[in-house]
Amino acid sequence: MKTQFSRRDFLRSSGALVVCFSAASAVRPFAMAQGPFDTHRSHIDPERLDSWLRVGSDGAVTAYTGKCDFGQGMLTAQTQLVAEELCLPLYKVKLIQCDTSVTPDQGTTSGSQSTPTNFNSESLAQAAATAREALVGIATQRLGVPADQLVVEDGVVSAKDGRRINYGELVGGRNFEMPVSATAKRRSPGEWKVLGQPVPSIDSVALMTGTFEFVHNVCLPGMVHGRIVRPPQRGASVASVNESSVRHTPGFIKVVVRKNFVGVVAEKQWQAAQAAKQLKVEWNPGPRLPEQSSIYEYLRKQPSREAMLVDSKDVDDKLKSAARVLQATYLHPYQAHGSIGSSCAVADVQAHSATVWSATQSVYPTRQGVSDLTGLPVESVRVIFVRGSGCYGLNAADTVSYDAALLSQAVGRPVRVQLTRKDEFISENYGAACVIDQQAGIDASGSIEVWNCETWAASLGGRPGYDRPGNVITGMLAGFDPESVIPRAAVEPTGELRNGSNAVPSYVAGCVSGKCGGTGSIRSERVLMHAVNSPFFTGPLRSPLRLQNTFAHECFLDEICADVKADPVAYRLNHLSEPRLLEVVRTAAKAATWDARPSPKRDSPRTGVARGRGIACVAYEGDNGYAALVAEVDVDQSTGRIQARRFVVAHDCGPISNPEGLRNQIEGGILQGTSRALGEEITWDNHNVTSTDWNSYKTLPLGIELPAIECVLLDQPAAQATGAGETAITLIAAAIGNAIYDATGARIRQVPFTPERVKAALTVRG
Amino acid sequence: MARLSLHINGNVHGIDVDPETPLLYVLSDELQLRGPKFGCGLAQCGACTVLIEGRAVRSCVMPVSAVREQEVTTLEGLGTPQKPHAIQQAFIAEGAAQCGFCLSGVMLTAKAALDENPKASDGQIREALSHVLCRCFVHTRMMRAIKRYQAGLV
Repeated sequence: MKTQFSRRDFLRSSGALVVCFSAASAVRPFAMAQGPFDTHRSHIDPERLDSWLRVGSDGAVTAYTGKCDFGQGMLTAQTQLVAEELCLPLYKVKLIQCDTSVTPDQGTTSGSQSTPTNFNSESLAQAAATAREALVGIATQRLGVPADQLVVEDGVVSAKDGRRINYGELVGGRNFEMPVSATAKRRSPGEWKVLGQPVPSIDSVALMTGTFEFVHNVCLPGMVHGRIVRPPQRGASVASVNESSVRHTPGFIKVVVRKNFVGVVAEKQWQAAQAAKQLKVEWNPGPRLPEQSSIYEYLRKQPSREAMLVDSKDVDDKLKSAARVLQATYLHPYQAHGSIGSSCAVADVQAHSATVWSATQSVYPTRQGVSDLTGLPVESVRVIFVRGSGCYGLNAADTVSYDAALLSQAVGRPVRVQLTRKDEFISENYGAACVIDQQAGIDASGSIEVWNCETWAASLGGRPGYDRPGNVITGMLAGFDPESVIPRAAVEPTGELRNGSNAVPSYVAGCVSGKCGGTGSIRSERVLMHAVNSPFFTGPLRSPLRLQNTFAHECFLDEICADVKADPVAYRLNHLSEPRLLEVVRTAAKAATWDARPSPKRDSPRTGVARGRGIACVAYEGDNGYAALVAEVDVDQSTGRIQARRFVVAHDCGPISNPEGLRNQIEGGILQGTSRALGEEITWDNHNVTSTDWNSYKTLPLGIELPAIECVLLDQPAAQATGAGETAITLIAAAIGNAIYDATGARIRQVPFTPERVKAALTVRG
Repeated sequence: MARLSLHINGNVHGIDVDPETPLLYVLSDELQLRGPKFGCGLAQCGACTVLIEGRAVRSCVMPVSAVREQEVTTLEGLGTPQKPHAIQQAFIAEGAAQCGFCLSGVMLTAKAALDENPKASDGQIREALSHVLCRCFVHTRMMRAIKRYQAGLV
């Protein structure tokens, strides 16, 4: 039986006095990980309320989201959101994440977009608000009491005369059968009881007690194990595969070859691992890779897809007439996502349907990719998200999902594929290597009057999306082309300023079509981006290009400060115009008790350990979160080693959903950024990547001496919610680079700041 | 193949297995235990850590035949969701996880080190964890949780 709500009922409920008493602390202590569940009607269409949530006969709510949790806290924050809008305690909301059979298609969980997508005035938040108004609307009818005389508490609607009716009685088990209302009133941050609270992660107990189900733990009846045999060289192709080399190994089931994709299936995981090692494959060699030592010159020379982001047309003239011109080039290497768990997926491909359990960030695009690879119609493919280890972007989760699908289809049984550590390192889409040229003209008063920036970013493949399975290695090996750079000359920018990659420095006005969308005051500006073909697959890695560009902008700004002998904080404040960016800079400086003076520090020792401080700031993607960060580091001038001592960050992401989760993200981002700044770099020889394990790719282990981390969270209840997972990490390389300069007078323009590079910079300092 | 008898989390399991199989594969594939995880298969990261007679061991490189009659404890054998072990409680209290994939390495390595030397200095704790990795970089909270556990020990 259906319950129908008329438009009139719905409108009558608007303006209801809704008083929530649900408390964040009412979280049930032992919430479990996502488990099996049934599909429900009316899913997929995001315009329909029933696509987003369902009220059970017990009054508990099941909500469906297309934004999933990889450890960044979206499970808890989105559960808080639904509980808040529906005046429920947290434990009465169960959130189902990313399953093509039951959740709306919200694309990819990436780019710090989950919070803007689901917490502002649309999608999940608006659905939950719509449901609350609808429930109050029915209650007014049932109780014969106007909405403004009803109180809602913990999913129970009460009249003043003591009559009560709960959500289960109002609509339990039935569909709403109505559209999501664009005008349903959201609960304002001032009314929040569940949102805004420091709620512990819902999956914490399951994680800590080893009972949480990761994709690595998915186990199906009849499931067998696959391992992959990747080409030993980039671009190598299969000449021949000798199946008889493994046919007699224990548990052997099949060798699967699909063009240049090679895999082995066996009954047990160990057997598959042994067979993959023993399988004799002859490969035609791939082309020689560019020399690592000259990769940045190589990238500059590649055909380019250009994008002019701003061009005031007076840059060359202004540079000619400027009192002084400074220029510098910054270099950022390829870096790995380097998930702690090598990627894993389970696929069950049958004759007419397929199910894939995947840690992908993009269940719907992955469904399309599996359809392309298996030839099954897309409607017959189901992709179910099950969490893997932290991915930080496009790790090998998508490609291993393809691996599992290909192997399962070949053997007609469910197959679990576990990548090896080496597979993971050579299979993933690296964070892009970048070259960034900076040039600035300084006027007689020492202010910047012109800024010219030109960037080259390596690009090959990327997210497969809905039409490019070849954008990750398995798809390419199986015969699909990756997206490569199609050269194109820059055209004059039109429309609005596009600064999603933070290629435009914070200090310029960002004027396009007469409208200035930047965060700074410099009017003479030019920013030209080049995407150039990469020898390696690239893809989004936490703060993709934003980090690389911000490293270059914020260090170059510091070089200018040093040249004109200005204090780096005061000078930033003089060239910024965006109030929220100004505020985080002021706040970070104050919290760090910033020592206002030019860099480098005058009385710093020239030998032994020197300490310095540096600052950096960013408006993430131009307007998706604001942060400024002060780093204090020790530089051991005899060894070239950097020891971070203290980080102070001021952070503004709009209204804060969960300060506990936010702090965790900021703290983790800061240390991950430190690891990337100090040691992480993909290396290669003539034919393949040589960073294949944790000895050849350096990451900071648990046992390091830890810096102090202080977070100042600036809550902005009236603002739109922004992302928060990538803002702080964007600043680390820049702030550390500036602190090294402050301590020693040595400027390092190439990440990572290895002891060798630090020592080299020390020998050439002024 | 060989018939082995394994003592895992207080239970005895009889298993037919290639004796060269790494202990990790037996724990996760044959016994469906979720605590120890495949991180690198090279004993470099710690995600597969278990306790064997109280010592932290990387199960991804240990042949199952080498375990013999020794008692193996995994992360889920330490405590339960209803009654977490003291170190698990400390990690819950500090919110010391993001993705949580590395936790066997972090918690069991720290527990083994502190059980052996409850008065370990900060430097000794760091030394014990110098080959344990967390790529979400929850280091600060994890060290706080370990110190919290240690404070309850002494």
